[in-house]
Amino acid sequence: MSMTSLKISSSPFVHDGTSIPAIMQAVIWSLLPAAALGVMVFGWSALFVMLITTLACVITERILNAIRSRPSTIGDQSAALTGLLLAMTMPSNSPWWLCVVGGVFAILLGKQLYGGLGYNMFNPALIARVFLLISFPVQMTTWPAPVPLLSEHAHTLSEGLAMILSAPFGTPELLDALSTATPLGQYRTETGMGHTVREALGGNFGFDLFSAATGLIKGSLGETSAILLTLGGIYLLRKRIITWHIPITMLLGCIVPAIIFWLIDPTKYPDPLFHLVTGGLIIGAFFMATDMVTSPVTPMGQIIFGLGCGILTYLIRTWGGYPEGVSFAIVIMNATVPLIDQYSRPVTYGKKKSA
Amino acid sequence: MGILNLALKKFHGGVHPKENKDLAKHCPIEELPMPKRLYVPLQQHSGTACEPCVKPGDKVFKGQLIGRTIANVSSPVHAPTSGTIEAILDHVVGHYSGLTDQCVVLLPDGNDQWDPSLKGLDNPFEADSKAIRDKVRDAGVVGLGGAVYPTHIKLSPPRGKPVDVMLINGVECEPYITNDTRIMEERSREIVEGAQLMMRAIQCSSCLICIEANKPGAIQAMEKAVEGVPNFRVVVLPVRYPQGAKNQLIEAITHRQVPSGGRSTDTGATVQNVATSAAVRDAVLYGRPLIRRVVTVSGRGIVRPANLDVPIGTPIQDLIDHCGGLKPGVQQIIMNGPMMGTALHDLQSPVVKATAAVLAFMPNEIHNEPEQPCIRCGNCLEVCPVELTPCEIVWRAKHDLIDQLPEVHVKDCIECGSCAYACPANIPLVHYIRYGKMAVAAKRNEKEKTEMTRLRNQAKLARLEAEKAEKERKKEEMRLASEARKKAAAAAPKPAADAPAAPAAPAPTSTVESHS
Amino acid sequence: MIEAIMSMSGMALVAGLGLGYAAIKFHVEENPLVKNLESALPSTNCGNCGFPGCHAYAEALADDDQQVPIALCSPGGTHAMEAIAAILGVEAVAMEEHGPRTAYIHEEKCIGCTACIKACPVDAIVGANKQSHTVITDICTDCEACVEPCPVDCIEMVPLPTTINSWQWLKPGDPSTIH
Repeated sequence: MSMTSLKISSSPFVHDGTSIPAIMQAVIWSLLPAAALGVMVFGWSALFVMLITTLACVITERILNAIRSRPSTIGDQSAALTGLLLAMTMPSNSPWWLCVVGGVFAILLGKQLYGGLGYNMFNPALIARVFLLISFPVQMTTWPAPVPLLSEHAHTLSEGLAMILSAPFGTPELLDALSTATPLGQYRTETGMGHTVREALGGNFGFDLFSAATGLIKGSLGETSAILLTLGGIYLLRKRIITWHIPITMLLGCIVPAIIFWLIDPTKYPDPLFHLVTGGLIIGAFFMATDMVTSPVTPMGQIIFGLGCGILTYLIRTWGGYPEGVSFAIVIMNATVPLIDQYSRPVTYGKKKSA
Repeated sequence: MGILNLALKKFHGGVHPKENKDLAKHCPIEELPMPKRLYVPLQQHSGTACEPCVKPGDKVFKGQLIGRTIANVSSPVHAPTSGTIEAILDHVVGHYSGLTDQCVVLLPDGNDQWDPSLKGLDNPFEADSKAIRDKVRDAGVVGLGGAVYPTHIKLSPPRGKPVDVMLINGVECEPYITNDTRIMEERSREIVEGAQLMMRAIQCSSCLICIEANKPGAIQAMEKAVEGVPNFRVVVLPVRYPQGAKNQLIEAITHRQVPSGGRSTDTGATVQNVATSAAVRDAVLYGRPLIRRVVTVSGRGIVRPANLDVPIGTPIQDLIDHCGGLKPGVQQIIMNGPMMGTALHDLQSPVVKATAAVLAFMPNEIHNEPEQPCIRCGNCLEVCPVELTPCEIVWRAKHDLIDQLPEVHVKDCIECGSCAYACPANIPLVHYIRYGKMAVAAKRNEKEKTEMTRLRNQAKLARLEAEKAEKERKKEEMRLASEARKKAAAAAPKPAADAPAAPAAPAPTSTVESHS
Repeated sequence: MIEAIMSMSGMALVAGLGLGYAAIKFHVEENPLVKNLESALPSTNCGNCGFPGCHAYAEALADDDQQVPIALCSPGGTHAMEAIAAILGVEAVAMEEHGPRTAYIHEEKCIGCTACIKACPVDAIVGANKQSHTVITDICTDCEACVEPCPVDCIEMVPLPTTINSWQWLKPGDPSTIH
């Protein structure tokens, strides 16, 4: 055979077949049960929020590929995943333009301006969520009460779509009537007024742990079901796409201070299970903080990073200016990743002090 | 024997590539017919190349020395069969670059006649260390597991570093390769004898034969061979790549790590490959040099996979032809395993002492995906057996931050390929690391050369200065002398007593050539 | 408002006076840059850069007005160029692309005049009067200083061949990588 036709490359010549699209797809799969539950609990509008946000992300990605004259990267599915994650942290009745603004921001400013996948410093979905939270606080913190799909007040498909599309720009007054506080919001508002945790969450508010764990509570459309999200996280752990380091340490970082303060004063500080099942702690620990690009690569670094995310979450939830702190905590920790990585390198073979 | 508690330790990381050993593991070793021409490279070992000691036209016996060593870390080269030296020329060798190297071309005469002067030791199993080592050295035995480090050096452990245990490496963790498996099944007695001789040479009392669990035939054969032999044991290891790498094997068995930049004897263990062991036996018992080796010819691009016993210097093409040739559509042919092997540019490259396998790959067997940006997934850290941060090395190499490479320990990489194997972004990490290693070395060399240039230039200038001063001094002396003469002549008509002034010119200044 | 302006102006005045005083007090006559730059050069004084010696080149480099290219030192090679770039705080540039070379004496033409031996700044040429000379390749710095003085034009700069031992991996994706 002709010698020039032989392929020349460096070893190794074989590969285990993993790929970026496969990883992204697995993460999307693991999110779908919780997303489906979001639709079940909040109605069709949740589905449209997810579709519009995801589409906005994918289209923005494609346009920016074209502008930068790079080959299309929508095939790696990272843009779709960003869109889905962002949507899952938004209220189920978010107006369409909010979804579009969020999606475009996530990909344009959160990812492509840094150079695309692998070069961004902050988790694009979270940085977009933080941006929306600061720019449109009313829309982002006005959660509709659950209207389950099969309940008697359930919206039809077209009603759901109309809800998203007809929402006006600016601050809507209509929504106020629908809205109620999330458990975390309720806890902060009421304890801020001098009530005890029991008074805040019991009584009319009627918080119960079971509904919170299964996702039948007010909140962003995809982050309410602690159980389904945990199952998704376990799936990722089993597939070895994520390792235990970040999720476990992030949960511990939030739970351990929660236990301590709850033991000190249970009337002022809610119990740790409340922290675990409400808000975005689970989705944050398994899906947001574990974003590979924006978390440390070293195992020790991941532990530090996870603990940092968890502790910051607790601090913000308990004493910060916002009722929920997962997004802020992770975004802040994202900024520390290069530093963490540099100082947490493993000891190379043969370089341990005591041989 | 405290070291041998035999609770196996997991070395860090590692991968488990598809083994693909079924292709050739049941093929008994067969002897390749003598090729028409042999191209024997003069450098087949790690260390300094040999110097040819034959010339074109010379008749040589099988096993006769044709390349002698000119340095300590080196290993001689012998004629693989009897015949005529046709030429000594640059011929393509199985190197990454596809470049040529000096080879002795031998035309076999078909008689395959041994050099009658080759003799083994009389009482090999009572011989002393030095006698065994010398036989091994003269026979050109090198590590056949891939590192091709001269074996006689490994058999001379530094003083004060006793070796507790010798590990005979039958791990063969690379996919496809089955030559060691076959050697263990068919030549188990020879391996044990070779190991006994090496144990005498390094004064070590126990020997473990390490085999991965996926070779039941070899395990059985070796267990039978060590039956009743004191201080020998077969250890079965779980399958994991790169367990056959010396340092990882030592860690798995002894739970100790070879210090960075140190030798394996620092851990009280030494590792020898099974084929090396058999070669040591032939060298010590019969004085036969290392002139043949077993090569696995496999891959889905080979019509009839086989394990061949071939003379060193046989062109790869001859092996492939013997195995029924290539299937149409073969994309890549490599020497040695798919994790650490070398892609061949030219099938005329000869089999060398380091050739354990020749693999022909169809496109669906190998990796062809384009490189994507790193997503920092951390897989490379997870699988790295030496606990590096491969993605950080690659980042620095890719952006030519050469000065920052030593701080991420680029030199400690063993190039096992686990990181690139497990990278979802298809980044050729090993390729980047090799580039980085060479860039670091090149930069250091350039710096050294600049420094040498500066010193030599200063030396030259100093010399010129000294020469000039010397000239001035002589001139001055001459002047003074002639003045003195004139004065003397003026004072007294008699010739001056101190006449032929000027003592002999001083020796040349010491700066000359002081730096060459 | 007035107070703010006054206090800021006052601070600016004090800082300015301080700086002015420091400039006079700690004035350095010789430019330390030149010395730094000279240490980055191989000091072979081969003149290959077009300046009479390494010191002159260093002086020219240190002079902002002259805008001298930093890649003129061929014996120093990329290493020297990068060192200069680091000292001057400018971007490293590509060296002239002819790869490593060595002087080669066509010995059949050499008349043994020793002119090149005298010219070589690093004593890389050996030979005696009326004897053919030769170059020690490992020491030759590719400075070309010997080419000009040869009366019979028997010295040629030849590229060093790439051997298995000098061959280097190129970066993946390098257009000249064989793939």
